[in-house]
Amino acid sequence: MTTTRAATATGTGPRRADGPRKAAGTAPYAYEYPVADLAYIAPVQATVARGRVLEVDASDAEAVEGVLTVLWHANAPRLEPDPDLSGLQRAAELAVLQSGEVAYRGQVVAAVVAETFEAAHQAAAQVTVRYEQFPHDVDLSDQRSDAVAPEEDHRQGDTAGAEPADVVVEHTYTTAMQHNNPMEPHSTVAHFDGAALTLYESTQGVHEVRRTVAAIAGLDPRSVHVIAPYVGGGFGSKGPLHAPTALATLAAMALPGRSVKLALTRRQMFALVGYRSPTLQRVRLTADAQGRLSGIDVVATVQSSALADFVEQAALPSKSMYAAPNRRMGHRAVHLDAPVPTWMRAPGECPGMFGPEVAMDELAWSCGLDPIELRLRNEPDRDPHTHKPFSSRNLAACLHEGARRFGWDGRAPVSAARTENGWRVGLGVAASTYPVVPPPSGSRARIRYEGEGVYVVSLGAADIGTGAWTALTQVAADALGAPLERVRVRLGDTTLPEASLAGGSTGLASWGSTVHAAAEAFRARHGQAPEPGAEAEADLPDNPDGDDFAMFAYGAQFAEVRVHEATGEVRVPRLLGVFAAGRIVNSRTARSQFLGGMTMGLSMALHEESVVDGRFGHVVNADFAEYHIAANADVEDIQAHWIDEEDPHVNPLGAKGIGEIGIVGTAAAVANAAYHATGVRVRSLPVRLDDFVGA
Amino acid sequence: MNPFDYHRAEDAAGAAALVADNPAAAFLAGGTNLVDRMKLGVTAPDTLVDITHLPMDEVEELPEGGLRIGANVRNSEAAAHPLVRTRYPVLSQALLSGASGQLRNAATTGGNLLQRTRCVYFQDLSTPCNKREPGSGCSALEGYQRYHAVFGASPDCVATHPSDMAVALAALDAQAVVQDAAAERRIPVSRLHRLPGEAPERDTVLAHGDLITAVELPAMPMAARARYRKIRDRASFAFALVSAAAAMELAEDGTVADARIALGGVAHKPWRARLAEEALIGAAATGHDFAAAAEAELAEARPLPGNTFKLPLVRAAITTTLGEVADGVRGRGAGPDQGEGER
Ligand SMILES: Cc1cc2nc3c(=O)[nH]c(=O)nc-3n(C[C@H](O)[C@H](O)[C@H](O)COP(=O)(O)OP(=O)(O)OC[C@H]3O[C@@H](n4cnc5c(N)ncnc54)[C@H](O)[C@@H]3O)c2cc1C
Ligand code: SF4
Repeated sequence: MTTTRAATATGTGPRRADGPRKAAGTAPYAYEYPVADLAYIAPVQATVARGRVLEVDASDAEAVEGVLTVLWHANAPRLEPDPDLSGLQRAAELAVLQSGEVAYRGQVVAAVVAETFEAAHQAAAQVTVRYEQFPHDVDLSDQRSDAVAPEEDHRQGDTAGAEPADVVVEHTYTTAMQHNNPMEPHSTVAHFDGAALTLYESTQGVHEVRRTVAAIAGLDPRSVHVIAPYVGGGFGSKGPLHAPTALATLAAMALPGRSVKLALTRRQMFALVGYRSPTLQRVRLTADAQGRLSGIDVVATVQSSALADFVEQAALPSKSMYAAPNRRMGHRAVHLDAPVPTWMRAPGECPGMFGPEVAMDELAWSCGLDPIELRLRNEPDRDPHTHKPFSSRNLAACLHEGARRFGWDGRAPVSAARTENGWRVGLGVAASTYPVVPPPSGSRARIRYEGEGVYVVSLGAADIGTGAWTALTQVAADALGAPLERVRVRLGDTTLPEASLAGGSTGLASWGSTVHAAAEAFRARHGQAPEPGAEAEADLPDNPDGDDFAMFAYGAQFAEVRVHEATGEVRVPRLLGVFAAGRIVNSRTARSQFLGGMTMGLSMALHEESVVDGRFGHVVNADFAEYHIAANADVEDIQAHWIDEEDPHVNPLGAKGIGEIGIVGTAAAVANAAYHATGVRVRSLPVRLDDFVGA
Repeated sequence: MNPFDYHRAEDAAGAAALVADNPAAAFLAGGTNLVDRMKLGVTAPDTLVDITHLPMDEVEELPEGGLRIGANVRNSEAAAHPLVRTRYPVLSQALLSGASGQLRNAATTGGNLLQRTRCVYFQDLSTPCNKREPGSGCSALEGYQRYHAVFGASPDCVATHPSDMAVALAALDAQAVVQDAAAERRIPVSRLHRLPGEAPERDTVLAHGDLITAVELPAMPMAARARYRKIRDRASFAFALVSAAAAMELAEDGTVADARIALGGVAHKPWRARLAEEALIGAAATGHDFAAAAEAELAEARPLPGNTFKLPLVRAAITTTLGEVADGVRGRGAGPDQGEGER
């Protein structure tokens, strides 16, 4: 691939281009656009987990002043979903109010549209729904005979007979159900003008929304205009579309000319926009007495939905992580009467690195080895899955650098050795990894010279708070050889050239490479002294090295954990991560990404657990007083560092993508540190005082 | 949320009369709990009587050395008040361990006392709950029980009262000053809230329309060294799994002369641990005695399958808090920082 070019702006840390607008409140979010003729949508949700809506009595609701319409399956406009929708088979999830079938508790079974928010919500509470109720099933377990393997297990050698097996670690590790809960709830404003649909949408990809909405509503994609320049987080749940967007589209169809508005309540966020499946990971590691792995066997049981399939790829990361001649990785999915799971930050890797990385810690203790040394002994020289060379792999460097910064050397080689002021103290480590996901094709960028040194860079990417506004300005400035303040970036609108979804940590690699290519095309066509109005466009270039290398980012996460002797309370005074993720384009926004990921990993380690009450079938702790998310006091000292990594193979920028790796491995590091502190091994997340009190 | 009328109360008796006359009326103080419940549909008043303009916002010294805290004093103000900090630091600690800075700025003394349970089913209209809808059943009995009771529950309700402040007030022998349309009376905070029994819809002994105008703290020298310890999952901004407020006075010979212990997160009311208090009197105030006091109280405990872990927490809360208090009383400072400071 082309050699990486000398950089000026990239690698430094200019402030966020969108920061002042966000701080001043002038950056509009989907719900905030001043549109005319507004109407408000209030969904009515199913109170049975499986059944059929027989009748909706809307008479009381319709009597509420200001109510425009009450939609349900008997009167809602028809949608014609395409069964192959975005390859995610989520079409059934989007067929809102198209039939009376109830597939999960909390599903939208009716909706009120009214002149005011208050009237809509008051009326929604007065809609009476009569159901035929069927028995439901929401119990996930790894003992079920109806679990299906969605694909053949990945096998090399024979894990059952793996030799040598001087040491065997075999346990089930579990991670909890989690809900994405970005700060900005999912929001849509929809408006039909004739056949033209305008959507202000909180999304990770405006073009994805256009494609999907056009498909479900039978529209020409060119007549759908989606606008999302600012998005208050997504963490994956704003990647694929969910029912609320379909509902807003339906309501707009029912009320042509009106702008209909829907923002989910926090409680609704726990039912309508997906979640991370819980995982039960059966992990079996075999090794010789020196800790060299002979076998890695990981089978992850996860839940999917009877409505549509989504299988959390929790066994995936083990395919390429450590060397071992005998390997098996597989998934088992149980289809439940539950909402459809979705992506949540580092789907696959995040839960999937919990079990194996705790198992590695257990193996280290069994072999009497330092857990860093154990990992070093099992470094593969090629990708054990594909046998391709790594484009770069610096896990060892991350472990060494992290150990140095964290003060790992002073760690006692025994557990339960240190007590300070009534708190048992321990240190733990775990590895992180995230693949360099090949960016989806189809991204295109335009560069236009406006005169007076000003360049405008346009593509329809969504900055969900990651820093794309800033980093793309830097990439363009460098590629054009223009000063930063002369480059204006336009994002988040389907009238701009198509851009791939913000997902899989591909944003910068995909859009940055596309902008880079557009800048090269611009200079090739217009030279260094363009006329005002000069333009060039380019597509995301193919990566000629794409098939020849295995490409991953790596990291090492270190945690100090305190467990109170008497109460079992678990606190994490220190977290430190060191990452190797190629070239870091903006040190400021990159640090935020790593720290944000680690914080979310801490949250997974200590707190996040959506509690499903099996009798009812829904999540009962559906607010932030009960579903805890890590807050400032949960960590005192949190640091992210990176090592300089040159990788000429991944893309012209040499950047691997950093949005997700920060969350991977954190929870294992915390659980491993808790073991070091107490001698109590916790294999089930979250790690809480119940695990230690009285132990 | 349903439409409602809004009245700004002019005086306490008038406010009490307005609410007493209308079963669907409610007092509005800081609104941090009431408005949340209205949004969820758990409470649907047709009339709100705003009491925040009534002159109940002072902290005043009482003649006998006690303190009177007006019902409208915000939680953050009460916590920061110099007389509270010096005479009743345990109250300050309890207040500061609750909710968040923003909420404490809005929350009032009266509202905090009368906030309702956080039981997830109580807040979820789609599930049965005897407290919300008498006779519908108790979903928590076989459901999610992490925040539920281990003392004094009934088959009809196993909810807990969520307030931290009320636990300190119960330990301090505080009284609630209550105004109805005609007269004023005083109720000990430890008897203000009820056990659920067969009427879990009633949180307190108050009648509809009773207005709390203040809480009064009696003079209590040992309160100056009393402490609050809150055990919770998250380091800040989380309700207590178990909490304890404790005060202790030692006789000349070093034995326990007097003690107050109240527990939070364990019952339908702030739970005065009277069995533990009794067991302490005359004891030598060693770790062993504190553990014995905890055991005496735990004899009454009836945990649910989903909260057995609270028993060792009760033990830990009582013993660590008493240990800190004893260290303080013996002039060894506040003792090691066993818990976390004020957040
Ligand atoms: C996310 C969250 C976390 C929280 N965490 C904690 C915590 O950790 N610990 C804790 O203790 N609390 C916690 N709280 C609760 C908080 O302390 C209460 O919401 C607050 O104290 C209520 O006070 P208020 O003035 O806002 O009451 P309001 O909401 O105005 O009123 C509450 C109730 O009391 C009645 N009322 C109010 N004043 C009077 C009066 N003077 N006389 C008679 N009736 C009256 C009202 O009619 C209403 O029914 C939390 C709340 C939230 C939302
Ligand atoms: S414990 Fe009380 S508040 Fe909770 S569901 Fe049962 S009756 Fe309702």
